[in-house]
Amino acid sequence: MIKVEGLTRAYGSFLAVDDISFECKPGTVTGFLGPNGAGKTTTMRVMVGLTPPTRGEVTIGGLHYRDIPNPGRHVGVLLDASAQHAGRTGREVLEIGARTMGLESARIEEMLELVSLDPREAKRRVRNYSLGMRQRLGIAHALLGDPSVLILDEPANGLDPAGIRWMRGLLQGYAERGGTVLLSSHLLHEVEQIADEMILIGNGRIVARGTREELLLGATGGVATTLVTSLDNHALSQALTERGLVAHPAGGGLRVTAEPVEVGRVAADRQIVLTDLRAGNEGGLEDLFLELTADTQREGHPQTTMTSEVSA
Amino acid sequence: MTTAMNVPPTIDVTGTARIPFARLFRVELRKSADTRAGRWLIGVTAGLSLLAEVIFLIVAANHTPQDVPAKFGDFVAVSAFISSVLLPVLGIMLVTSEWSQRTAMTTFALEPKRMRIILAKMLAGTALTLFVVVFALFVGLVCNALLGVLRTGGADWTFGWSGFFGFLITQTLAMLGGFALACLLLNTPAAIVVFFAYKWVLPVLFFWGSSLMNWFDRLSPWLNFQAAQGPLYEMPLSGKEWGQLLVSGFVWLVVPLAIGLWRIRRAEVK
Ligand SMILES: Nc1ncnc2c1ncn2[C@@H]1O[C@H](COP(=O)(O)OP(=O)(O)OP(=O)(O)O)[C@@H](O)[C@H]1O
Ligand SMILES: [Mg+2]
Repeated sequence: MIKVEGLTRAYGSFLAVDDISFECKPGTVTGFLGPNGAGKTTTMRVMVGLTPPTRGEVTIGGLHYRDIPNPGRHVGVLLDASAQHAGRTGREVLEIGARTMGLESARIEEMLELVSLDPREAKRRVRNYSLGMRQRLGIAHALLGDPSVLILDEPANGLDPAGIRWMRGLLQGYAERGGTVLLSSHLLHEVEQIADEMILIGNGRIVARGTREELLLGATGGVATTLVTSLDNHALSQALTERGLVAHPAGGGLRVTAEPVEVGRVAADRQIVLTDLRAGNEGGLEDLFLELTADTQREGHPQTTMTSEVSA
Repeated sequence: MTTAMNVPPTIDVTGTARIPFARLFRVELRKSADTRAGRWLIGVTAGLSLLAEVIFLIVAANHTPQDVPAKFGDFVAVSAFISSVLLPVLGIMLVTSEWSQRTAMTTFALEPKRMRIILAKMLAGTALTLFVVVFALFVGLVCNALLGVLRTGGADWTFGWSGFFGFLITQTLAMLGGFALACLLLNTPAAIVVFFAYKWVLPVLFFWGSSLMNWFDRLSPWLNFQAAQGPLYEMPLSGKEWGQLLVSGFVWLVVPLAIGLWRIRRAEVK
């Protein structure tokens, strides 16, 4: 549905986006991931014609964005929620969008309700909106024209945990009804649960892509890892080593290079009580993400073991 | 996903018409007045015109027609002075607020054919100018009628179509002058400063230049757009006057506007 072909955007001699190609299919959510300055926003801006590409092109449903008549009815866009007139009320922002697209004003009420902005908040000026409220307004604006394609730049930015969960459900439902969703994020865990496919970008180039499972497999070189915690980690570690499995202490438990089922079996044999047992590749995915984009990490090549344990 | 196979990867746009221009125009008109800043600007323009004409009425009513002659045209001229200052600001704000408030991102995402938006804005500015002009004429009418009652000797209705069109055209050109500079500079303070430098400083320079240099004296009528607009109040214009109006208008209106449009068309909207 969204097709990016050989897209390059240069600023002087600096390539903000460097020859990237990918596709987003209808009925799927595509996650667009990368660190600060990777080129996510630039790519999305080219998609909707706000930034001219240096080379390459983007089509949406086979058309260039500028050739889509009344594009708001087909493509919902949220690039920067703070780019709204500070002196307009939230409702007026939607009113202008609805009028431009030629929609009934009932649609405005519907959208305000969908993003949980109550009538009092809708009458407030955007200047006085909190970050999360602006984000909700932006999402409402993107959905206003009931588009079949959604392009959202960091839509979860500023949303509270309940809001993030709500948005996840919203986008998933949207894709299930056949919509195409492209959303960007810096945060892997924000995206990996809803994205059918992920595209990792760093320094303007795509460094990895695929489903969560595909990326995971790549991340650990095809080897499964398991995170396990038991009442007696020491005994479990010994038992695992006797079976020829490699186990290292990690956080309050062990990281084992094996499938969870194998670890469980060893524990059952030795009658060790497990308090936690799960596939341990999440950390691997995050490691991969940081590693692949390490060149552009402002912090240099990161020491990730600690952070991945915490988030796991 | 099962749905992925059923939905073709194209969008069906056959049922969608492009946004009618009239709608863009109405939306732009709405946008000019849906914020406090916009409403104030229009309100102050109309309010000051009203105030200026009323003050002129009070002054005239307390003097004899010999001391303070007051025709219908004089009332209109008083308000024309006010609106020729504020209408350009209105023309500027129509364009630059999209950049300073960064709403251009939304506007151009909803209508990627940017020139249609700019044209809609230009017409919205013209409509607002028309509103201010009609309002000023109406106030002038009432004031002049009142003066006829208050002062012996009755009202002098000298104005004529020439005065009407002169007023309408010069005010529209003033608004467009601001609009053109705004397109060129895309920045509110810069456009306002440059516009008033052009409006108030440039005529002085023209005057000096003409008095110092002979050749400039012959050239300046062809470059002085404001002076060239003077004869519009006393139509018909001679061929030479038309020529000076068109040439100077080309320099001060068409050239900045053309460069500005070219810039907007290619600009990266942030
Ligand atoms: N007009 C411009 N001139 C010069 N460089 C630019 C311009 N616009 C963007 N860039 C650069 O292009 C790079 C990519 O920026 P972009 O906004 O696409 O990153 P991003 O992936 O969205 O980052 P973030 O996660 O922080 O939002 C950055 O290095 C940025 O500084
Ligand atoms: Mg960004």
